[in-house]
Order: sequence, then structure tokens, then C-alpha cells
Amino acid sequence: MSAETSFFNTPSPARYKGLGAWLLTTDHKRIGLMYLVVILFWFAIGVTAGLFMRTQLMSPGSTLMEAQTYNAFFTVHGVIMIFLFIIPGIPAIFGNFLLPIQIGAEDVFFPRLNLLSWYLYVAGGIIAIISLFVSGAPDTGWTFYVPFSITTKTGVSITVFAVFVLGMSSMLTGINFITTVHRLRHRDMGWMQIPLFTWSVYGTAWVQLLATPVIAVTLLVVIFERLFGVGLFDPAKGGDPILFQHLFWMYSHPAVYIMILPGMGIISEVFPVFSRKSVFGYKSIVAATMAIAVVGSFVWAHHMFVSGMSDTAVLVFSFLTFAVAVPSAVKVFNWVSTMYRGSIHVGPPFLFAMVFIFLFTVGGLTGLVQGAAGPNVHIHDTHWVVGHFHFVMFGGTGFAFFAGLHFWWPKFFGRMYNFRRAYAGAVLMAAGFIMHYLPMFILGLKGMPRRYYTYLPEFGPLNFIAGIGAYIMVAGIVLTFVNLLLSFRKAEPAGPDPWGGTTLEWTVPSPPPVQNFAVEPVVLPFPYDFTAKEKMKPGSGT
Amino acid sequence: MSVHTDHKGVQFGMWLFLYTEIMLFGGLFVIYATYYYQYTNDFIAAGKELELVMGTVNTAVLLTSSLTAAIAIEAMRKDARKLVIGLLGVTILLALTFLCIKYVEWGHKFAHEIFPGSEKLASGPHGVTMFYGLYFTMTGLHALHVIIGILVLGVCLAFTARGKIHGGRMDILENSGLYWHLVDIIWIFLFPLFYLIL
Ligand code: HEM
Ligand SMILES: [Cu+2]
Repeated sequence: MSAETSFFNTPSPARYKGLGAWLLTTDHKRIGLMYLVVILFWFAIGVTAGLFMRTQLMSPGSTLMEAQTYNAFFTVHGVIMIFLFIIPGIPAIFGNFLLPIQIGAEDVFFPRLNLLSWYLYVAGGIIAIISLFVSGAPDTGWTFYVPFSITTKTGVSITVFAVFVLGMSSMLTGINFITTVHRLRHRDMGWMQIPLFTWSVYGTAWVQLLATPVIAVTLLVVIFERLFGVGLFDPAKGGDPILFQHLFWMYSHPAVYIMILPGMGIISEVFPVFSRKSVFGYKSIVAATMAIAVVGSFVWAHHMFVSGMSDTAVLVFSFLTFAVAVPSAVKVFNWVSTMYRGSIHVGPPFLFAMVFIFLFTVGGLTGLVQGAAGPNVHIHDTHWVVGHFHFVMFGGTGFAFFAGLHFWWPKFFGRMYNFRRAYAGAVLMAAGFIMHYLPMFILGLKGMPRRYYTYLPEFGPLNFIAGIGAYIMVAGIVLTFVNLLLSFRKAEPAGPDPWGGTTLEWTVPSPPPVQNFAVEPVVLPFPYDFTAKEKMKPGSGT
Repeated sequence: MSVHTDHKGVQFGMWLFLYTEIMLFGGLFVIYATYYYQYTNDFIAAGKELELVMGTVNTAVLLTSSLTAAIAIEAMRKDARKLVIGLLGVTILLALTFLCIKYVEWGHKFAHEIFPGSEKLASGPHGVTMFYGLYFTMTGLHALHVIIGILVLGVCLAFTARGKIHGGRMDILENSGLYWHLVDIIWIFLFPLFYLIL
């Protein structure tokens, strides 16, 4: 086989055939696609759970499920969406597939560790399923707040253990990426020549590494509490539940940046390519990425303003929370300025990226309302918060995920999808999204609490509208995936560089060969230099 | 492929991993600090109940094992494989000794009705409950690391015997050694916190 045969056709390790060649592979591209399959499976389950909840909430009273079932649903939905979809999603799929190629490397630094991470991820998912059936579905919410989580009789120990295993997987991936960027970067590539997506995954990897052990040990203590009754978090024995909250959010707030930074990385790739213009302020984006990673680690206690902290602490954490908004805003300005006087070609990734900017900005601004100590007291644990984090996580990271999926799908599989269906999917999703989550802000301001299976009749109309929105949104999600899958039926080759990109992954065939580069890659002095590419025409879909 | 010869990179990755282990215990140190501040007197009273002699012996045992592990790595550099096998064997034996002593120590406490969730602790002062809660959690987690260390060193021993690790290819051994030093260092912090300063 020639050096250019795609990685689909050259199994690695070479001695295995068929499924074995996938399950035992150490090829980062195959592992990336294996993550794609499993993560999308979990996403589908999570969306289904969300739709059940939403249907229940469409009218007051118990229409579809009882209180306890609802508790199980929001716990399972939260755990899946956070730990099995949003946190691993972009780094594990796109990071694995693209990071080595973008820096001109053959593979990640620890290929076998990479495979182990995948197995840990799968194991974590299986353990999470098991926890549903062993002693009743968990009902604590994904935050596992003590003392409830150490006294409830449901299968929380196993769920918590699942999250622990998933944390291991995420940490090992982080270690792998950091080492890869440091040791395997092409020798011609300096730090300021690294593509922005790789930068963002690299920054994320540091956050993963710094923060994950803290939640790991916190969860271990919760397990010990449940198994042996140690009492460290149990107020009845002298323990302090607030301490749990500090430790929990010391991870889980930075985890928000684990969720959003890679998404921002995708957007930073999409805008230059579709504006045919070098990204505005490359260095400030890099600096903002690292600033978010650092400052973001010091704001955790804004989740605890009403838990009984000192006023000084509230003030400090409120201030720091506002400070993180600055680098995020810098990035938004950079993206918008990139488009200014660019020669814009609209394509599905671009549309998704535009929706991202809009929804993420709304999410970020509503976050500031929560970061201010005063309004926080009013909206704490209401549907305002549910609206806010869906805007950031789904509107932000989720849409960035879809932008990336449409951007690199031709690279992954060498096929182009239907553009019109992709646009329709994006529009349905965005419209449904706004209809679903915007009412939640109003509901929250009016005082509808979160995590309740029913509500006062006066909240009825808005909840009903939100429910319709959810169905429209899910229709958009389904259409999007159907469209992507249909690209397998009609073989329409994408070519190595359908969008006219400048980073290294666009210089190799689609799909790439096993060794990534058949010929030695040439590193541009600046990764987004479009003048050399000017003659190239953008890909046109059907 | 450059992947398997980049010695520095392998160590770099290992250091990152060791950092996560330190942070894992770091969370527990934070809890210790909080409760020490809150229940200082109870902590001091409970700390006096621990068996200083056994703790000291265990510290010596673990430090010695760290030394034999370090010498094993030096010996491997000179490709003295027999010596390496012997030294790794001694390291593992010392580690097992550590666990045995810990077992006896815990046994004494259990015999006095002192264990997580026991009636006696539940009815005693809160600070004492917290102290023993931390004592069992932290030394238990440390013991778990000792067990993992034994397994890792055992694998190194087997690989050395089968010639899979040798002077020219000893990244696994070196990283296992680093891991073992980490287990040792964590104990160096646990020992004064529980046995000495109180
Ligand atoms: C990227 C996608 C998503 C993420 C990351 C996500 C995440 C979350 C999280 C963390 C919670 C909080 C659970 C808790 O309070 O313990 C939640 C609640 C909720 N989610 Fe999602 N979600 C996503 C998509 C969806 C979708 C597609 C739907 C509906 C079709 C949905 C409907 C809901 C509802 C109704 C709640 C409210 C639960 C309650 O507080 O009563 N979510 N989501
Ligand atoms: Cu936060």
C-alpha cells in the first residue's frame, strides 16, 4: 500500500483486521473517531432524557412522571451531558484527530495511553449505566451535594465512581496532549505558529490536569462517607458540607473552561477560513486563552454566594468572576473583527459559528448577572440558572461542536454533506434553542425553582412554549445528524482542502494516511496566511 | 518513530502525572487544615493516641525502600540485572513490611472501637471524629498507593527478569521509581501531620 492510502484502509496495528483493528488501534485518528461514536451515543441519550423532562414540564402536575423519576432524570441528564458529552467532547474527538496533524506530528506522544483513556471513558459510561439499576437511579443532581448525597439510599456511590473513572480518562488525555505539544511539535513550528485550535486544546489540557484531581479526591471522600460513614462532610458528626462545595466547585468551575475553551478554539479556526483573512489578534487570542485558564481557576466560589460565606469572600469572588469576562470578551471582539473587511464565504460551519457567537454572548452576559452578588441571591437555583448554563454550554460549546463537526467532517471521512439540509438543521436548532431557553430567564426571574417536576399554574404558558422550542430544537439536531450520515451513501469526494484552510490538516489528503504526512509538512511562518492561498476557490456543496 | 526514544518526553509526562497525585492528596490536606483550625484541641488530644514508635519504624522502612529503589535504577544503568532484581525484591519486601505494620496499627485502633462510623467515635467529640476520619482516609489512600506501587515494581521485576527492561530501555523502571519516591514523599508529609506535631 502506498504511503497515501487513508487510515481507514491501512489498519493499525497492522496484524489485525476489522473491528479488532479499531479496538486495539493506537492511531490517534481512529481513536478520535471511536470517541465520536461513543460520545454521540451518549449525547443522544442525554437529549432524550432532556426531552422527557421538558415534556413533563409542559404542564403543571405529574403528566409523564413522578417526582422521584424526575429527580433521576435530571441527575442522569446532567451527569451524561456534563461528564460524558461536554467535557470530553471536543478535546477527545477533534483534539485527538487534529492536534497531532496541526503540529505536524505522526501521533500523540503516548499512543497506548491514548487508547487506555478511551477504554476508561467507555468503562465510566458503563459504570454510569450500572448505577441506574443497582439500588435505584441516583437522585442528587450532577453536583452530588452533601449531606443529601451521603444519606440517600439510591446508587450514588457507583455514579460517583463512574465520574471518578471519567475524570481519570480526561486527565490522562490532558497529560498526553501537553506532552505531545511540547515534544512532538514540528521542529520548524515555534509557539506563535501553533494553530489556535491546538492552542485552545493545550490550554484546556492544563486546566484538566490542574483541576481534575481535586474533584477526584472529593468524590473518593463521598464514596468513603457512604461506605464507612467517616463523617468528614457530615454535619451530624462535625463535618462541614460547605467544604464539599468548595472542593467540588474548585474543579467544576474550571471545568466550565474545559467545556468552553476547545469550542472557542474551533470558532477561531472557522472564522479566518470563511473570512479569507488572517485571524485578528492571534497573540491576544492565545493570551486570552491562557488568561481564561488561569483566572478561571480562582472564581469557583461564585456558586456559593448563598451558602454562608463571609461578605469579603463574596466580594472578592464576585470581582474575580467579572474579571474572567474580560478575556472572553476579547475573543468575541477578535472573531467579529476577523470578519470585518474579510471576504466572507458562507458555509455550514460558518453559520454554526455565527449562532455560537450570538448564543454564547447571551450566555456570558447572563452569567455576569449571576456573578454579581446581589442579583445572585434572587436567581440562585431558579430556571434563570438553567437558562444561563444551557446558553453557555449548549449554545456555546454545543454549537461550536457542530461547527467543528461540519468543518472537519470532510477531513474525517473524505466526503461532503448536503449544504441545504445542514443550513436547515442549524436554523431549526437555533430557533428551537431560543424558544426553549429564553423563557427560562423570565421563569427564573419570576421565581420558578430548578429541579422541580411541577410548578405553580401561572408558570404554565412559558413552560409550554419552552417545550415546543425543545421539540423544534431536537428536530434540528436529528436533521443535522441524518444529513451527516447521508453523506456516506452518496460518495461525493471532498478533496484535501474544501474550505481553503491554511493549517496543516488541510495539506494532507482527506481522509489522512496512517502516518498523517506522506511528504514532510511545510510549516507556514504564520498559521493563517491566506495570501498564499488566494487563488484557491472555496468548496461548494450540493 | 521518535515516539519511543524520547526519554525526556516520557519523563515529562510522568511528572505531569505525579503532579495530579500530589493534588489528589492536596485536597485531603486542605480538609485537614480546615478541621485542624476548627478543632485544634481535639486534634492534639487524638494525635497523642497514635503509636509513635510504629509510625517512626514505618517511616524508616519506607525511606529505606526508596533508597533501594534508587540504587536499583543506578544498577540498571550499569546493566547489573541480577542486582536490580535483588534490589527490587528488597523494595517490595519493605513495602509489604510497611503494610503489615500499618495493619497492626489499624488493628489496635479497631480493637479500641476506633474506626470510621463506630459508636465510640460518633458519641465522642466532633474533632476526634474528624481526626480519625482523616487519619483513616489519608493513610488508607496512601496504603492503596503503596499497593499500586508494589504491583508496579513487581511488573518491573518481572520485565527485568525476562529481559524486557535493560540498561538501554529503562523508562518504565525509572518512572516506577519516581512513582515510588512520590509514595514515600506523601508519607513524609502524613507522618508529621498525624504523629509528630500534635
Ligand atoms: C449540550 C447540551 C446540554 C447540556 C450540557 C445540558 C446540561 C444540563 C445540566 C447540567 C442540567 C442541570 C441538571 C441539574 O440541575 O442537576 C440540565 C438541566 C436540564 N436540561 Fe439540559 N443540557 C443539554 C441539553 C439539553 C437538551 C437538548 C434538553 C431538552 C431537549 C435539555 C433539557 C433540560 C431541562 C428541562 C433541564 C432542567 C432540569 C431541572 O432543573 O428541573 N437539556 N441540563
Ligand atoms: Cu462557575
